[in-house]
Amino acid sequence: MPRRILFVTTDQQRYDGLGCNGGAVARTPVIDSIAREGIRYTRAIPSNVVCMPSRSTMLTGQHVTTHGVWMNGVPLPVDAPSIAMDLWRNGWRTALIGKAHFEPFLDPFALFTENSLASLGEETVYRESGDGRREPHRGFEHMELATHNGMGPLHYAKWLRENHPEAVAMLYPILNSQLQVNEAGGGDTGAPQVKHNPIPREWYHTDWVADRAISWLGNQDDSDDWFCWVSFPDPHHAWDPPMSELHRVDWRQLDLPAGWVDDPVECERILAGKPAHWLAWYHGTFVSNYEAPAKWVPATLTADQVREVNAMVHIQNELVDEALGRIVGLLRAKGWYDDVDIVFTTDHGEFQGDFGLLFKGPYHVDSLMRLPLIWRPAPSRTKFTPATVDSPVGLVSLAATFADIAGLPRPDYAEAARLPLDDGEAVDLGHERVLTEWDSVLFGKIVSLRTITRGSWVCTATLPGSLHDGTDGELYDLSNDPLQHVNLWHDPSHRAMRDDLLDDMWRNLPDASSPRRACEAPV
Amino acid sequence: MGSVRRHAILASSADTVWAFIGRPEVLHEWFPTSSTRVEGDKRWVTLPSGIVFEEEILLVDNDLRRFQYSIINNPLITHHVGTVDVIALADDRCVAIYGTDIEPEVLGLAIGAAAGDGLRALQERFGKG
Repeated sequence: MPRRILFVTTDQQRYDGLGCNGGAVARTPVIDSIAREGIRYTRAIPSNVVCMPSRSTMLTGQHVTTHGVWMNGVPLPVDAPSIAMDLWRNGWRTALIGKAHFEPFLDPFALFTENSLASLGEETVYRESGDGRREPHRGFEHMELATHNGMGPLHYAKWLRENHPEAVAMLYPILNSQLQVNEAGGGDTGAPQVKHNPIPREWYHTDWVADRAISWLGNQDDSDDWFCWVSFPDPHHAWDPPMSELHRVDWRQLDLPAGWVDDPVECERILAGKPAHWLAWYHGTFVSNYEAPAKWVPATLTADQVREVNAMVHIQNELVDEALGRIVGLLRAKGWYDDVDIVFTTDHGEFQGDFGLLFKGPYHVDSLMRLPLIWRPAPSRTKFTPATVDSPVGLVSLAATFADIAGLPRPDYAEAARLPLDDGEAVDLGHERVLTEWDSVLFGKIVSLRTITRGSWVCTATLPGSLHDGTDGELYDLSNDPLQHVNLWHDPSHRAMRDDLLDDMWRNLPDASSPRRACEAPV
Repeated sequence: MGSVRRHAILASSADTVWAFIGRPEVLHEWFPTSSTRVEGDKRWVTLPSGIVFEEEILLVDNDLRRFQYSIINNPLITHHVGTVDVIALADDRCVAIYGTDIEPEVLGLAIGAAAGDGLRALQERFGKG
């Protein structure tokens, strides 16, 4: 019986974006159905809350300090470990369709392979390995790549330019004329990165990714083992789903999210209880990275803008679900559905109005760290009972999970055990804690965080940087403070818990490589 | 303002290295560019992406072993100065330093990445010091 893995990722999707996780707006019946048949993780955590480091962890099974992609713009070395390469070496067909982002996007000198494939007209490039074998880029023998808009060198942009050139300008320009994240507002409320996009749905990147995945899968033989990573760019900003779909969710009818603090005074009070970079960003005085528009001040965000952004995200989530439904339809039509392990997750979350903020950055709270993660093992491969796993697990476990599905031993390079099938197995496999790291150095603005999630506690240490002297941090009791409004870091009654968590974290964080690799682009 | 700096230590004399990278017309032989054209104190550099930078050569100082240039007449780039220095560390060892100051700042990172690529090419040519 062939073994097959469908690995589906979204980008910047919150845990509560899915119906199966309690989301009450976006209809996600396909993902919900997969969740009912499989394992749904209620506390899945990334190693980093931006794309490149998090995706590098998925591929390598390593923490950020080990794979070295410490912020967006730092490329993953081409010879870095890759679970896709292990599968390919074992005879699997391998594809990555959609957003890769192991290498920077802004690449005027064409230094990076991801950015050259479309113009080369090649499915991948092959390099000689240490033992003389020719191996495909990161183990993927087929790559068709996309990002969030129609500009640039990737396959989707090329396809759009060649087939529907009038549509390129329909998509929101994520960068402004200064190559900064665009602050321009649109839609009905002027919310940043929102646009009413006239692009026909079938030209939008979500459906393009599904089309290309269906094409590749349709060409696999019944006897093939395959690993297909389908990587949807949504619901990452820009929030510009096809306007033909806006009828799905009326932003005027939406409740504000639980994390939104309506009273600005109260919002500032909550932020003032956290390390200084929170309130400084809220007021627009300290923008530490390229994850949000430099010229946008979060304190100006209105309740209606939050509603509209959320409506756009819900629509994007529905389109992803329907696109996944088309792929699942192909698996069923081929008679493969019960032979495929399906893993669904995302790389990091999004504020969507929590704490009066949008986008992401050095903020280790549920908005950015609690992710959807679902694993539906192939029923024909293994016996399991559908379950909900509440133990914290990390995306760092994905590589070992894929190896396990393939019947391979846990790779030497992988730093975490495979995902557990239930909470009991979580203990057996050593899923005691998950570690999350943040580092950003941007022309003198430095922020570094190290976080441990264990049980119902999240503890973040700030390292010395532009605003911190290394003594501040965050401690949240998720069971009593699910919105993480009360920072217990300085509370004497919680000092023992804080110190125990920190000790645990420092003992388990891998040593960082030195010197740190250069950041080669903003994103 | 984006300010970046990269360096590489090379296993050759400073004079040998400078004799190569002090020639503005051979940029494409070490820096990740497709072609270079020099006329007087102007240089046109074509990137692999097809972008062409028009540059003004500000300084070629054979004594200091310093080359400086500026990207000009570019609708996006409002300020730029790039500097390449070659400094002797020993008779057969030197350091090549590339620095750039640019607005918009984000381009500094991309140019820094290209400089890193170029400096690695110099290490292949002259040896890693």
